[in-house]
Amino acid sequence: MNSLAPCVLGMIDGSMAGASRIGPAVDAIFWSLTITCTTVALAVGAYIAWCLVRYRRGSAAPRPRPRWPEWWWETIWIAATSVIFLAFYWAGARVYLRMEEPPPGAVPVDVVGRQWMWDIRHADGRREFNALHVPVGQPIQLRLSSEDVIHSFAVPAFRLKQDLVPGKTTVAWFEAMRPGRYPIYCDQYCGASHSEMNGEIVAETPADFSAWAAQTRDGNSSLARGRRLFVLDGCAGCHRGADRRRAPSLDGLYGRTVDLADGGHVPADDEYLRESIASPGRRIVAGYAATMPSYDGTLGVTDIADLVVYLRQLKAAAPRVASSR
Amino acid sequence: MNPAPPTSVAEDYLSRDRTLRSWLTTTDHKRIAILYLIAITGFFAVAATAAALMRWELLSPRGDLMVSDIYNRLFTLHGVTMVWFFLIPSIPTVLGNFILPLMIGARDVAFPRLNLASWYIFMAGGAITLFAIVAGGVDTGWTFYTPYSSTYANGNVMAMAAGVFVAGFSSIATGLNFIVTIHTLRAPGLTWFRLPLFVWSLYSTSLILVLATPVLAVTLALIMVERGLGVGVFDPRLGGDPLLFQHLFWFYSHPAVYIMILPGMGVVSELVTTFARKRIFGYRIMALATLSIALLGFLVWGHHMFVSSQSVYAGLVFSLLSFLVSVPSAIKVFNWTATLRGGSISFDAPFLFALGFLALFTIGGLTGLFLATLAVDVHLHDTYFVVAHFHYIMVGGMVMAYMGGFHYWWPKISGRLFPRRPAQVAAITIFLGFNLTFFPQFILGYLGMPRRFHLYPPEFHTLNVISTLGAAVLGIGYVMPLVYFAWSALRGQPAPNNPWHATGLEWTTPSPPPEHNFDRVPVVTGPPYDYPGPDA
Repeated sequence: MNSLAPCVLGMIDGSMAGASRIGPAVDAIFWSLTITCTTVALAVGAYIAWCLVRYRRGSAAPRPRPRWPEWWWETIWIAATSVIFLAFYWAGARVYLRMEEPPPGAVPVDVVGRQWMWDIRHADGRREFNALHVPVGQPIQLRLSSEDVIHSFAVPAFRLKQDLVPGKTTVAWFEAMRPGRYPIYCDQYCGASHSEMNGEIVAETPADFSAWAAQTRDGNSSLARGRRLFVLDGCAGCHRGADRRRAPSLDGLYGRTVDLADGGHVPADDEYLRESIASPGRRIVAGYAATMPSYDGTLGVTDIADLVVYLRQLKAAAPRVASSR
Repeated sequence: MNPAPPTSVAEDYLSRDRTLRSWLTTTDHKRIAILYLIAITGFFAVAATAAALMRWELLSPRGDLMVSDIYNRLFTLHGVTMVWFFLIPSIPTVLGNFILPLMIGARDVAFPRLNLASWYIFMAGGAITLFAIVAGGVDTGWTFYTPYSSTYANGNVMAMAAGVFVAGFSSIATGLNFIVTIHTLRAPGLTWFRLPLFVWSLYSTSLILVLATPVLAVTLALIMVERGLGVGVFDPRLGGDPLLFQHLFWFYSHPAVYIMILPGMGVVSELVTTFARKRIFGYRIMALATLSIALLGFLVWGHHMFVSSQSVYAGLVFSLLSFLVSVPSAIKVFNWTATLRGGSISFDAPFLFALGFLALFTIGGLTGLFLATLAVDVHLHDTYFVVAHFHYIMVGGMVMAYMGGFHYWWPKISGRLFPRRPAQVAAITIFLGFNLTFFPQFILGYLGMPRRFHLYPPEFHTLNVISTLGAAVLGIGYVMPLVYFAWSALRGQPAPNNPWHATGLEWTTPSPPPEHNFDRVPVVTGPPYDYPGPDA
């Protein structure tokens, strides 16, 4: 029983509230709903109780005819509930739209879910399992994918939840407001150890975060794996070197606009890079034939994520000119 | 209504022929109702036992009673059995089968043999499902989400899906039977707007059964095709789409929620009018609200997918429609409340169950608004808040209504009275036990505890202990009726034809009724619930 008080207090003082940028907006609607619904429920309950006592069988209370016709009441009820419902609909939809749109300047983080762990990559290739270090005050854009079944990335303190669906990349964002450790749960049932697929978000002050980042710079990062895979799986054979006849160079590709064989254009973002590895025939670069084999099946979601991390930094490491080596 | 003259000396349906063979080959809707009663009580016991084991395990945060694999099989067993083998059939096949023909002055349903066939199909589906459980169980959850169920799960998914698939045909047959019965077998003078609201609710439910169940059958068949033959439908590795499954599944399963609750609403309308001795407030609106819930219920399935990565705009539309479908439900609560005003209220057990329904359904409905609100749902989705919400509707609403209706019509069904006081105590025990079990789960959900969690962080411990305590009280409440109904069946006082002094054709027949229900076809001349007005 000794943890009941903190539980209830936690609800009232909102120890979780305000942990993320979006949290207060969600909580405001939650508590408005709670107050409105409690008021309505208590009012109806009190009226029922009054009827039960006053009109119990055998009581002498007069049984008056209703003063207004029934349709009058029905109209009032329908109108009143509809107005209240629309107000809550509107409030919920507005905040939902904010949740769906990452703010500009959000730093991307890739999350791969698999039975039963969270495999997390920072933009610079740093890799973490079941933990995500972030600086407070920095919006983070999560790009979520699954290697097997559907999972759901849930951080209750941040009012954050998004399913990870195999075969696609889903997106969510958050911004931690206060340093602290916030549990991550998998909220979509995913098999035997579903309830052990937990982790935590470690929100730190920018100084602490930099210190952590400096400490954990290691060679076995996602970036290192990506660089190795680029050679091992044969990407380098066609995409590197001076000969540009078989395949385009990938140096400086990330973020550029690519001209396509069908006359269209596409920004070379993560989604395009992933697609071009898994299904290269879908959007061919202008001037090249569809000769590249699909790596879907050869490379897992993790491998592709590592490759994308490697490709991303080719821009920074080797801008534009580095084609003769 | 014109009461039909009491039947002469014809033998009642129970004592006509007591052989087992006569029961298993009967086409009498009343006997088929009893067959269903026995079957679904058995399934309820199985599913409730699974729930009890789960609550026992959740007494401690670290699983020390069973391993996760067993826990996951238990909640799947609990969900599948409760939904398809208790909640969906409960009121329609037991109370509906027994009362519907009596209520509309008919001698049986339109297709008596189809009615018996649907019981056998139901039992076949149940047997296959039980086989799947005994042979090792299934750990997918009752929702069978892909690609987990179609590729990754290593239980008897095929058998369990087949069991539910087969049972679906019994739902369709029952729905079809009721629709035709209500259209064609109403007594002379019993126009649509003179039908008791229970009949309206069965009619609306039947529409959903007939329209939605085939979609479930198709969905389960597709799972079996993918799992058994490797044809890609839902698994992206085979070129399928996992969200397609969720769309198909919820296109059935959300309307199925209304299959479960609409008949309960119908029962409660009967109980409130009878025990307040008053005409229902807003009869036409009540009937139309029932129908509109059934139709709007088909348009809200996407609210199960607000965090699934379905389109944002789909989310906006489904949220709005979900609010829309709650309007008629709210209107019903207001109308039941208004019916009490100026009544002459007595507190027999059926009415106590109806009051319990009103309270719990109201809480369940209001918390549904939280989940329809997009941003709030993101926080609460797939947490214990959802578990609490739908148990308030399904158990708090539906099971309370079923219990109330069962107590109400028991004298007609058995020809005997049940003891008054123990039944009142049972109603109150169930109400208290239920709230103690499920109210803490709203808080757990708000604090973030995910559903289907075998092991849980220690900060959720206290609330889980309270919930398990409540489940024990609830269990006692459920055992009590078994005892006094058994006693009543053997020793109870013979019931008069109309022990509650209710209106309605079913009360004009003897208790228990003869096989053919009415000696003479009754003629209806007035509205339903024709209780003495305020001046009387």
